Order: sequence, then structure tokens, then C-alpha cells
Amino acid sequence: MDSHNSTIKILKPNIEAPDFCLPATPDQKISLHEFRGSPVVLVFYPADWSPVCGDELVIFNEVLPELKRHKANVLGISVDNVWSHIAYTQAKHLHFPLLSDFEPKGAVAKFYGAYESSAGVCSRALFVINGESMIYWSYVSPMGVNPGADGVLDALSSMPGSLAREGSS
Amino acid sequence: MSLKIAVNKLDHCRGRLLAPVAVVEYGDYQCPFCASAYPELEKVIEEFDSQLCFAYRHFPLRNIHPYAALAAMSAEAAGQQGQFWNMHRLLYENSAELSERRILECAEALELDMDRFATDLDQDELKEKVSEDFSGGVRSGVNGTPTLFLNGERFDGPPLYPALRSALVEILSETGPTSSTWR
Repeated sequence: MDSHNSTIKILKPNIEAPDFCLPATPDQKISLHEFRGSPVVLVFYPADWSPVCGDELVIFNEVLPELKRHKANVLGISVDNVWSHIAYTQAKHLHFPLLSDFEPKGAVAKFYGAYESSAGVCSRALFVINGESMIYWSYVSPMGVNPGADGVLDALSSMPGSLAREGSS
Repeated sequence: MSLKIAVNKLDHCRGRLLAPVAVVEYGDYQCPFCASAYPELEKVIEEFDSQLCFAYRHFPLRNIHPYAALAAMSAEAAGQQGQFWNMHRLLYENSAELSERRILECAEALELDMDRFATDLDQDELKEKVSEDFSGGVRSGVNGTPTLFLNGERFDGPPLYPALRSALVEILSETGPTSSTWR
């Protein structure tokens, strides 16, 4: 569909993931390098309040126990401000942080090639970053289509040294 | 995105397993979008009749819908008494007002053996069925509720009668329908 251009520009595997430091709440910032040593799933998404209940973040929230088995940390990123993130987190009972790429707007998303400048929002891009801060897998979905969590789970399972791979039955 | 677990005899199915089109729904009884899709799907199931096999799998979004998991279990428990589809209907008809009490009222309305129903609600085997439905859905790329798969491919169009009908007509024109109850 309309993802073709986006597919070309997002950061690809085997590139070092650009570090960032973004606010999660009015007085807390989260940096990518804090998670060094374990996988990170970055979920770029267009907006907090999309008009569907079973949306992308809700799915990741439900799958969180499975992601935790892979020792993965999930970070949602959009251009919404922290107050919107707080309200949205409460409304959807999310159990992972939402980061605010608000000022300068979309700066981190642009580094990852995950910014839709025509709409002024993040695209629906997913990144799995390994413990050495290298991008292991990336994917962008058409704006109108939520990606599920299957690609992320497949990537985590296939990651060399995956704890779940070695330890689980 | 494609379905990782084909329709099989462990599924709740309406229609023949070998019908030309298999429609799989991943749904949540407390999801308003699933409740709106319910009558649309019923229309499709009725119209395509023997050409279609409809399977329903559970995808309860527990964090946002507190009664979704209980509702899924109650459909399974009703299924133990041969009433899965009737319970399915009642749960969707009562979707907006689901509560423990309302779910029990649905079971009572079907004149289920309520002692057995209560025991089955706690049955590990049924809990496993619900969680296997869920994890199979995640692996297949379920990206919200309802998510539909038509002959194994995720249907990203709106879950409405006109869109579904035309998608099914197209699939049947490719696979070769065995009768022509539609045009």
C-alpha cells in the first residue's frame, strides 16, 4: 500500500541504534542506553488517541508478559506531549513507558526514518534493538494498518543469544 | 499477515471444515467494535451458507476489558453443554453491559446446568483453550479486535457486510464456487 517510501527510509538492521533521551513524564527522562544489555522494542506510532480500542499499543500491552520472557523492554514513542501520554497510559492501563518526541517535534523519529512529515506524526514503525544497541529488525506498516506483535516476537525469538531461545521449552 | 493455525476440529466452527472459504474471527466479547461486527458477520454467514466455514477464536484484551476473559470462558463453558454459539450470540447482544451478573444471566437464559457451568468456568483445559487462541492470534498478526482472516489472509478492510461480501465473492470467483447463491 502506501508504505513503500517509508519502507525505504527507516533504519535497517545491523546499524547502531541512535541513542536518545526523551521525557516519559514531566520529570522523568528515559534514554536508550539505559537498556544496554537487554533487547529493546521501539514502537513508533502516530497518535495517542486513535479511534479503535484494540489498537497497536493495546496489543503490545497484552503481549508484554511474552516480551518480558525475552527480557525485552518496550518503549512507545509518539509526538504527543507527556500529559497526553499520562492520560492515555491510564485510560488503556499500559504497563510500559510512552516517550514524548515533542520538542523538537519528531527529532528522534526522524533519526530512525520513522517520521511522516506530511502528517506531522511518527509512522507505524517497529524496531527490535539488541543488547549491544544494534538494530536487529525493523518494520514499517502502512499508516492505516496496525502492525501486530508477531514480527517483534519472531525477531526476539530468532535473536542470537536470546534467553528465551536458550532457556525455554 | 497470514494465519499460523489453520481452522481445525478444535475450533468452534459453523459450516463445513472443507467449505471453499474459511473465515476466522479473533474477537473479544467486551469490545464494542466486535459487537458491531457481530450482526454484519451473521449476515455474511447466512448469505454464503454452505460456501463458508466460520470459526471464532478468543482474543480477550484483559487490560482494557475486565470481563472479556470471563466472557470467553463462559462461552467455552456453555460449549461444554452444546451451547457455544447461543452463548456467543447473547454475549455480543449484551456486550455493552457485560458484568459477572450479566454473564450469569446469559447462561441462565440458555437454561444451562448452572452447577456444571460454574465448575467448567474454572476448568484448566478451557483456560488453556482461551490462552492458546490468544497466543495463536498474536503469532498470526492479530492487530486489534476484531481481526478477521479470510482463507488464511488477514482482512484489513472494515468488518462490515459490504466489504466482507465483496471480498468473499472475489475469493470464491478465484477458487470456483460450488453453487451460486450470490451474484
